[in-house]
Amino acid sequence: MSELPPSLARQPDLDLWIRIDPEETITLFTGKVEIGQGLKAAIARIGAEELDVALDRVRVSTADTAHGLNELFTVGSQSMEESGTSMRQAAAEARRRLLALAAAKLEAPLDQLHVRDGTVSVRGGDRRTTYWELLGGRRFDRAATGEAAPKPPSDHRIVGRPARRSDVVGLVTGTKRYVQDLVRPGMLHARVLRPPSPKAELLALDDAPVRDMPGVVQVLRDGSFVAVVAAREEQAVRALVALRERSRWRESETLPPSDDLAAWLVAQARRSFRVIDGVATDAPDAPLERSAEATTTLAATYTRPYQMHGSIGPSAALAEWRDGELTVWSHSQGVFVIRAALAQALAVDVAQVRAIHVEGPGCYGHNGADDVALDAALVARAVPGRPVLLKWTREDEHAWEPYGPAMVVEVAANLDASGRLLDWTHETWSNTHMARPIPHGDRSALVAAWHRAQPMPAPAPQPMTFYHAGIHRNADPLYAIPRRRIVKHFVEPHPLRTSALRGLGGYANIFAIESFMDELACAAGIDPVELRLRHLEDQRARAVLRAAGERAGFRRRPREPGRGSGLAFARYKNQKAYAAVVVELRVDRASGAIALERAVIAADAGQVVDPGGLAHQLEGGFVQSASWTLEEEVRFDRTRVTSLDWETYPILRFPQAPEVETVLIDRPGEPYLGCGEAAQGPAAAAIANAVFDAAGVRLRDIPFTRDRVRAALARAQR
Amino acid sequence: MDEDVTLVVNGRQHRVRVEPGTPLLYVLRNDLGLFGAKLACGLEQCGACKVIVDGEAVPTCKAPVESFRGRSITTIEGLGTPDRLHPVQQAFVDEEAAQCGYCIPGMVVGAAALLAKSPHPSDAEIRQALERHLCRCGSYARILRAVKRAAAAR
Repeated sequence: MSELPPSLARQPDLDLWIRIDPEETITLFTGKVEIGQGLKAAIARIGAEELDVALDRVRVSTADTAHGLNELFTVGSQSMEESGTSMRQAAAEARRRLLALAAAKLEAPLDQLHVRDGTVSVRGGDRRTTYWELLGGRRFDRAATGEAAPKPPSDHRIVGRPARRSDVVGLVTGTKRYVQDLVRPGMLHARVLRPPSPKAELLALDDAPVRDMPGVVQVLRDGSFVAVVAAREEQAVRALVALRERSRWRESETLPPSDDLAAWLVAQARRSFRVIDGVATDAPDAPLERSAEATTTLAATYTRPYQMHGSIGPSAALAEWRDGELTVWSHSQGVFVIRAALAQALAVDVAQVRAIHVEGPGCYGHNGADDVALDAALVARAVPGRPVLLKWTREDEHAWEPYGPAMVVEVAANLDASGRLLDWTHETWSNTHMARPIPHGDRSALVAAWHRAQPMPAPAPQPMTFYHAGIHRNADPLYAIPRRRIVKHFVEPHPLRTSALRGLGGYANIFAIESFMDELACAAGIDPVELRLRHLEDQRARAVLRAAGERAGFRRRPREPGRGSGLAFARYKNQKAYAAVVVELRVDRASGAIALERAVIAADAGQVVDPGGLAHQLEGGFVQSASWTLEEEVRFDRTRVTSLDWETYPILRFPQAPEVETVLIDRPGEPYLGCGEAAQGPAAAAIANAVFDAAGVRLRDIPFTRDRVRAALARAQR
Repeated sequence: MDEDVTLVVNGRQHRVRVEPGTPLLYVLRNDLGLFGAKLACGLEQCGACKVIVDGEAVPTCKAPVESFRGRSITTIEGLGTPDRLHPVQQAFVDEEAAQCGYCIPGMVVGAAALLAKSPHPSDAEIRQALERHLCRCGSYARILRAVKRAAAAR
């Protein structure tokens, strides 16, 4: 008897997790969603393994409020740990139940039964039955009890073994349908006229001519919320352009100075917390006193600007009001949460709303997926009985998605003469990393709610204090350091909308810590890997560092001018996946261009379920982080965001893409750990460390643009 | 105001009645039911909406439908199907060169057009040819490997 994993313990009804279909397939349910991270493939493997069925018989159905399985949000690289571990137990329980039914039917003792691809046979005989004969199309009507034991890893034949992702065929043939591709009979198309700047108010809208445009069904105006719905998509797009030309707005200067964001951030009103053992507390704070043994003292400041999720596809939702009931097809990360948020904003009962998850383009955190669901619902309410597919424009996406917040990180430390760290100070300033649409009284986190004539303001951002939450995620180094002072500064003014972007505060905090480790090593004349190993007691941490270094041949190549390599390491949230990254690059001194050549990522994500998927998440995490680090910064003037497309917000492209290799350290029997966010922080620091190795300049301000590299080189020459 | 436009898509003739200036993408998706080309930026900046027109991979999110009269259009659906994959599609499957997959039909189209003109492109040529295709999940290295695999298989 074992304790049930939390998700299954809350919802032990096996029928919520597994269905033996009538047609010789098995459907597995998860309350999590697929956001391009490969969740469905991994859940399918776990279920197939425990049930002893072929992988191609298994379907995975993601979150739908009508199905009932509620696993809140798909966030924080926790889906494998939460849903995956629950599925393992649920499938073991389901198998046990199926075997009991088989034993009765075949009149054989349980220990004489053998399962192969869903066919149960009696050893040494020819009596047999199948899962589908036993329970096809019928319910288990059982709760999980913890009595069934999942297989030992030594028996695994599917989990941890390479196998092709079955859904890739749908992706490469264009046959997979995303929420943006949905069609319903009688469907209309809609677009929203978003304000031109964050606090703009609509003064006048001359919409009469637009109402007469071909195909336009309705122009909705509710305060500063304006939308158009048309028979055809291009008609909605044309009407939107016309509406924009015919709208007048009052705009105001509400944005901070973008050329000196770091100074602005640290000068604002803030709430400060001493972080102890990863938790933000009210404990009194005082600077650490410098030890008498200190021989090397160093301090440095690192910054990161506002950055975007920048999904390639536009946020979209399909909404339909019929007989007072709303159905929304959405790529939200939490269907139960968006259901509650929609019900609140629309002043209807949650029972009147159904939210169904449909896959969208890559997500990378809290983007516009939730907002667009309210946009679509508001428009659909105006045309009851007609399904409405509403998409954001690229400009909506760039200007209105919640950004990853700007951060400033100050680090200081002392080393003794033997190269031991005596103390460490880490102070980190940022806006909230959490503005998800959890209903708060009469407030709503959904954009359209702010703009209606009866507005629901955004909830005031609140600091999160829990273990490695937003701003202080990974602020506390994993290294063994006798004295440490970690301070989180929650900056109160929120001139730009911010929320969770892949890795949250971990990206900038790890960038600072791991850059600083190299700075310390350099100042003390110690090898940077050696300095890390001296302060790492965790064997799994040491193993990934060594594995990355070995695979990359770190610093074993003959030196060439302009070429360099760098290494960095972190354990995500100090308790999830381990990742060490080695980067090799070139710095062109004339242009200031950084050319990434190769990256090696070694990771330990516990027991590996889907090695291909895991490797791909790490590779993608590295490349996205490299893009943030080299290129990305949301631009704005005092009134408007000016990064409105891919020209004004450039991201990494093919010519800059490095080769990426991964080394996975499998830990059979250890908990599954997601790794979608494990490489982000180490990637940034490894790049900075490699630039230092290549060109002798230390870059502390993200992004490392050509101008910044040239300026750093010029300073170094003076 | 609407006009009849005859298009040749994936070898079949289609007549659609739309307002002139309608971008081809909306016609492909909403009139012909070909959803493989994606609406992504709508600004000809990201490549997710590309199709092959007279041998060239071109964006369709702005170019008006009437400018495609008399030209041969091949969409991702015309390259191959799940049962009969085009060699480039097969190579993408073999390399698992997709995460969310939203940019992938455009990538496949871009790669197929490149290989049709230049069967054995260098690494630099592939990168240059696909420069206007954006992938946010970070699958560039796998996509490059897939294109090289497809080229090697020819």
